[in-house]
Amino acid sequence: MNFWEYLESRHQQLLVDAYQHASVVFQCMVVATALGVLIGIVTYRSEWAGSLATTVTATLLTVPALAMIGLLIPIVGLGVPPTVIALTLYGLLPIVRNAIVGLRGVDPALVDAATGIGMSRLSRLVRVELPLAWPPILTGIRVSTQMLMGIAAIAAFASGPGLGNLIFRGIASLGSKNALNQVLAGTLGIVVLALLFDAAYVLIGRLTISRGIRA
Amino acid sequence: MPEPETTEAAPPSSGAAIELEGLTKRYPGSDRPAVDNVSMEIGAGETVVLVGPSGCGKSTTLKMINRLIEPTGGRIRIGGDDVTDMDPVKLRRTIGYAIQASGLFPHMTVAQNIALVPKMLRWPSGRLRDRVEEMLDLVGLDPGEFRDRYPRQLSGGQQQRVGVARALAADPPVLLMDEPFGAVDPITRDHLQDELIRLQRELHKTIVFVTHDFDEAIKIGDRIAVLREQSHIAQFDTPEAILTNPADDFVSGFVGAGAALKRLNLTRVGDVTITDYPTVGVDDPLEEISARLRSAGTDEVLVLDKRGRPYKWLRRGDIVRAQGSLARAGVLVHDTVTRDATLRDALEAVLTDNTGRVAVTGRRGAYEGVVDVETLMNSVHELLEADRLEARESQAGLEEQRSAQTHAEQEGADPSGDRGEAQA
Repeated sequence: MNFWEYLESRHQQLLVDAYQHASVVFQCMVVATALGVLIGIVTYRSEWAGSLATTVTATLLTVPALAMIGLLIPIVGLGVPPTVIALTLYGLLPIVRNAIVGLRGVDPALVDAATGIGMSRLSRLVRVELPLAWPPILTGIRVSTQMLMGIAAIAAFASGPGLGNLIFRGIASLGSKNALNQVLAGTLGIVVLALLFDAAYVLIGRLTISRGIRA
Repeated sequence: MPEPETTEAAPPSSGAAIELEGLTKRYPGSDRPAVDNVSMEIGAGETVVLVGPSGCGKSTTLKMINRLIEPTGGRIRIGGDDVTDMDPVKLRRTIGYAIQASGLFPHMTVAQNIALVPKMLRWPSGRLRDRVEEMLDLVGLDPGEFRDRYPRQLSGGQQQRVGVARALAADPPVLLMDEPFGAVDPITRDHLQDELIRLQRELHKTIVFVTHDFDEAIKIGDRIAVLREQSHIAQFDTPEAILTNPADDFVSGFVGAGAALKRLNLTRVGDVTITDYPTVGVDDPLEEISARLRSAGTDEVLVLDKRGRPYKWLRRGDIVRAQGSLARAGVLVHDTVTRDATLRDALEAVLTDNTGRVAVTGRRGAYEGVVDVETLMNSVHELLEADRLEARESQAGLEEQRSAQTHAEQEGADPSGDRGEAQA
């Protein structure tokens, strides 16, 4: 069976895996974005809190994905929970870092102007600082998503969902008829998904970044 | 949606008096206060300029009025109400604030920027829209063209105009301006200053304006407070008085050389005689123009364009040489001045144009008359003569005030003048 025949015969299963892969990455990204931006908002004003947030999330990223999932299994069990927790934690760093950099990069004169015309702290954040920091934050989200696409494959180790299952099955049965096809299908699937997500981000950028500050 | 007309009836609010009493700012960890015990009374509808070298605390003083910087001591009263302990967010919505480089939010359109404060004050949306148009009109920008632009699509001068429009949008009685024209080129700055003077004549706000440029202070201020370090007031008086009678060496050093020339900055074109001059329309037939030249008894006419704006100067000889087409004949008008321009601007324009006169324009650049070099010379003579007289008369009185304590001086509470020193 060549690769095309393999794809054709298994396309049902492949689509389900791809859908689950995309779905878990997407959901983790939503949580990581909310959490990351929140951490950024809480910490960007203070020098040490910002560094602390960046360092902690950076340290998390250095933990090997396999080890992280391995460590989570005894605590939260198999399947979806360890996958989601690991992915969310990995996704934080680029978002937190870019949120802090973006929020700190807002021209102090504009912050001064916003306060000076009578904006409260909250409305200054929502209407001036976040919109101006949004382009770098979106870049962080994009980088994060690309990263998670790959890392999500490892979730199969904890019986998690997604295209990683194909790769693991293929590696486990190396030498068998479909082993190579499985690994190839899983890998290519992840690449295609990553590209689709990236295209979506370009579109989101178009729609959400004000024309006044778009590069 | 409520009718916009129902809310439109209120007349624009004019200024409210500002009273600063012993205002002090002391930063932790610094042994000298940044602003030390400033007291100042600013009348309703008055334009007061705080001027001084950089680092003298003039900006800090300004920012304490809307409490962007919280004073560590002293009281602030606006329109008689003590606002020192008022909710700062509410307070700031009643005080216009314009800063250097406009401070426009780049991700919002011009209209969104201008509507910000009225929106926070929950104006109905119909009135908001009208207000944006009104404000753009007020600062001389065409609403149709500029409403939906983003700040980066505007020139520096246009951005600054929008900045002023935003500051004035909610019709605050008080307007604070922190070196608002510091970041634009000199020509644009001049125009913006003229515009501000015109606006102020229409609106009568109480304006506190910070600058380090003494010429700007002279041009704009009804009164000028010259500040030295820690915001100590060296002199607080009218521009005329400061120019002719600087209180001490610090002030005269700040006034700089050429006080006589600077005097020109104090008189506006509108204060001198604007004479009428023969004009023709750009589309008028040649015969009519020739006839007009003959009947006018001058050897030059001013050609106005279709919208009544000065377009070019046409001499008798130009018509003869033009041979039927006026398209290339004559000298284009380089520079015009408004009634609010200073005599210095007018002199500048007259000197650079070789016609010996400059056209005066009104709203939307329409022609109103001309000022020629003789008129200017005569006015300058009269002005300087008057100043000299006034100076001699007030010499005695001013000598007393001169070296009085700064806060005592501007409260007028120290008439004794025992401490007066002999001045040249």
